[in-house]
Amino acid sequence: MFENLTDKLQAVFKRLGKRGILREADVEEVLREIRLALLEADVHYKVVKDFVGRIRERAIGAEITKSLSPAQQVVKIVHAELIETLGQPGRLELKGPAPYVLMLVGLQGSGKTTMVAKLSRHLKKGGHLPLMVAGDTYRPAAIRQLEVLGRQLEMPVYSEGQHVPPPKICANSVREARQRGYDVVILDTAGRLQIDDEMMGELEAVKRAVNPVETLLVADAMTGQEAVNVAAGFNERVGLTGLILTKVDGDARGGAAISMRAVTGVPIKFLGTGEKTDALEVFHPDRLASRVLGMGDVLTLIERAESTFDQEQAEHLERKIREASFDLEDFLDQFQQIRQMGPLSQLLGMVPGLSQMMDDVSPEVTDQQFKRIEAIILSMTPEERRNPRVFNASRKRRVARGSGTTVQEVNALLKQFRQMQQVMKQMGKGKRGLRGVMRLFG
Amino acid sequence: MTIGFAQSLKDSLTRTRNTVFSRIANLLGASQVTEETWDELEGLLIQADVGVETTLHLIEQLRRRASEEAILQTDTLQTALREELRALLPDPPPLDLGNRPLDVILIVGVNGSGKTTSIAKLAYCYKQQGRQVLLAAADTFRAAAMDQLGIWAGRAGVNIITGSVGGDPGAIIFDALQSAQARGMDLVIADTAGRLHTQYNLMAELGKIRTVAAKNVPTAPHETLLVLDATTGQNALSQAKHFQQAVDVTGVILAKLDSTAKGGMVFAIARELGLPVRFVGTGERIEHLAPFDADVFIDGLLGPTNN
Ligand SMILES: Nc1nc2c(ncn2[C@@H]2O[C@H](COP(=O)(O)OP(=O)(O)O)[C@@H](O)[C@H]2O)c(=O)[nH]1
Ligand SMILES: [Mg+2]
Repeated sequence: MFENLTDKLQAVFKRLGKRGILREADVEEVLREIRLALLEADVHYKVVKDFVGRIRERAIGAEITKSLSPAQQVVKIVHAELIETLGQPGRLELKGPAPYVLMLVGLQGSGKTTMVAKLSRHLKKGGHLPLMVAGDTYRPAAIRQLEVLGRQLEMPVYSEGQHVPPPKICANSVREARQRGYDVVILDTAGRLQIDDEMMGELEAVKRAVNPVETLLVADAMTGQEAVNVAAGFNERVGLTGLILTKVDGDARGGAAISMRAVTGVPIKFLGTGEKTDALEVFHPDRLASRVLGMGDVLTLIERAESTFDQEQAEHLERKIREASFDLEDFLDQFQQIRQMGPLSQLLGMVPGLSQMMDDVSPEVTDQQFKRIEAIILSMTPEERRNPRVFNASRKRRVARGSGTTVQEVNALLKQFRQMQQVMKQMGKGKRGLRGVMRLFG
Repeated sequence: MTIGFAQSLKDSLTRTRNTVFSRIANLLGASQVTEETWDELEGLLIQADVGVETTLHLIEQLRRRASEEAILQTDTLQTALREELRALLPDPPPLDLGNRPLDVILIVGVNGSGKTTSIAKLAYCYKQQGRQVLLAAADTFRAAAMDQLGIWAGRAGVNIITGSVGGDPGAIIFDALQSAQARGMDLVIADTAGRLHTQYNLMAELGKIRTVAAKNVPTAPHETLLVLDATTGQNALSQAKHFQQAVDVTGVILAKLDSTAKGGMVFAIARELGLPVRFVGTGERIEHLAPFDADVFIDGLLGPTNN
């Protein structure tokens, strides 16, 4: 399985010995690791080639600063270059006379219909009056799918059934929107292969009929090497104005985004991060870059943490860690807060390296363990939580009984907690502290 | 299976052959093997989504063979490559179907991979073979998913059991199995809601569905097929791993092979997880399904044999 690029590079640099400046020969070995990492992340072969060429230029002779290891330094360069390639997040360009038409296009099963509903909801929140249009007359029950979503959102869906040609439906929907005062029209279209000439022709006809302000390619984050051909194919026929990446809540590294961006040059506008209609996020190039490099999505995790923990709590926690006075009471606190942040399985996926380790640690089991750990701590007296050293055999038996667990489990927890305290002591000593480390790649 | 299936597979693979991999044929014409040959070979395998690890493995094997067997010409190298690729896709035993009064096939996969459509195709194919097919529409989650399968059931001319929106998928499986037994049907194919393999609650739900099946029909489900989208890259391996862990997947359906994607990730899936590909999807229509044939698949990737 993939290891973190930083770890790999660290190994390379170890072999190379400690030198102040990167030499050309060293750089080649380092570049090879970078190349493989990007390929493993599904960035297109040729895109990787170009990319590595740019890194070579930036890396040769680069000064290695003292604060970062050479490996970190190189990763930082790669990261920065990736961010540049990914470009700034795009916004929806709603300009000119209303109604503004957004047309969603893409392969079969990429998530267009769901995205229509998400955008509609998002725009309504922003004060718009969107009309969703059921333009997929091919896939069985696609119209109904959009209608159901519309009902759930209590938002209007325009449909003429499945026997009217899509260009006509779409043209009519715009007229309807104009008459009824909807200012945004969001068109769902049937999934199609970019090589299907007839179906692509239909898409051109739709575009001619409605003159959209946005033509957005909806693509699955899990897409492989074909992403370049797909994006290029759609771009050639219908002229894209933006990209939307879906199913980002999975564990795909998302290199397809880099390929598609490189081949079309159009900005990435949104990410789909779940099945519910509110699972829509704006795109952060830095986060996606980290993800492509297998560094996890620490920033999203921090953001979630920040919105869950308040500032004061965070400072309190940091102080505790620094002073190594973190006790089981705090542990329980943290625990409960983390659980508020979302399902554990999702959180673990954001931590660098952890998603790889999850092959061994089943988070399903972990979620259960979570509950047991909570039960154990809840069965302790406040004194025991503050000072776990008081635990003797009879106390442990009492806690085990109270929490419906076993003495072994209580022992295991106490042991884990001691280890955690050790780690925290180490972290507390570090100059940069927890946040500093996490910000490293921000 | 009917000739139509094989033809549609051939058509889609011809398309495949005509794109990237045809370059191997040119490349591996009958010239000298040079360092450039290896580079190009790597590029072509990577671009077919074979993945870094498997590509490096293949190239290592081929390099070793090239020196041991004194392979100097690219056409000999092509034959060796074909053999190495073929060795990664051993022929599996036949599907465990038809050995009991009622067979149960469970279909799983991530969102939008092609599960529902593949089920329609399977139902149509087995019905043509004279089997009594009943579909269980256990995707109660996605909007209109049950309607979608209902329409397909109508087209395939098979019966279907549905339930209430947002209801318990296990209950639908239960109903379907009861009903199949009562009506003397011999094959139940169960649809499930798409789920990302990283969603542990939903993966656990699949486990429950399996338990329900096993409680009602001994040793069911007899086949658990994972539907993978051929356009998926390296994440397919992660999908296969997680689904295998959660529900003991027995094989893969590779959908959307009519796209320009090559489906090269099935080599890694076979190599690392021992999962065979059973069917390929070659289009959106009900007859667009073909049994997987490793030789045809590899032929499609490498172009026709030279001998
Ligand atoms: N081109 C092509 N499209 C397919 C194939 N199989 C499924 N699809 C399409 O992929 C989309 C999603 O399929 P669906 O069966 O609903 O996926 P599910 O969400 O996994 O059940 C639909 O538009 C199907 O028509 C295939 O083999 N080739
Ligand atoms: Mg489905």
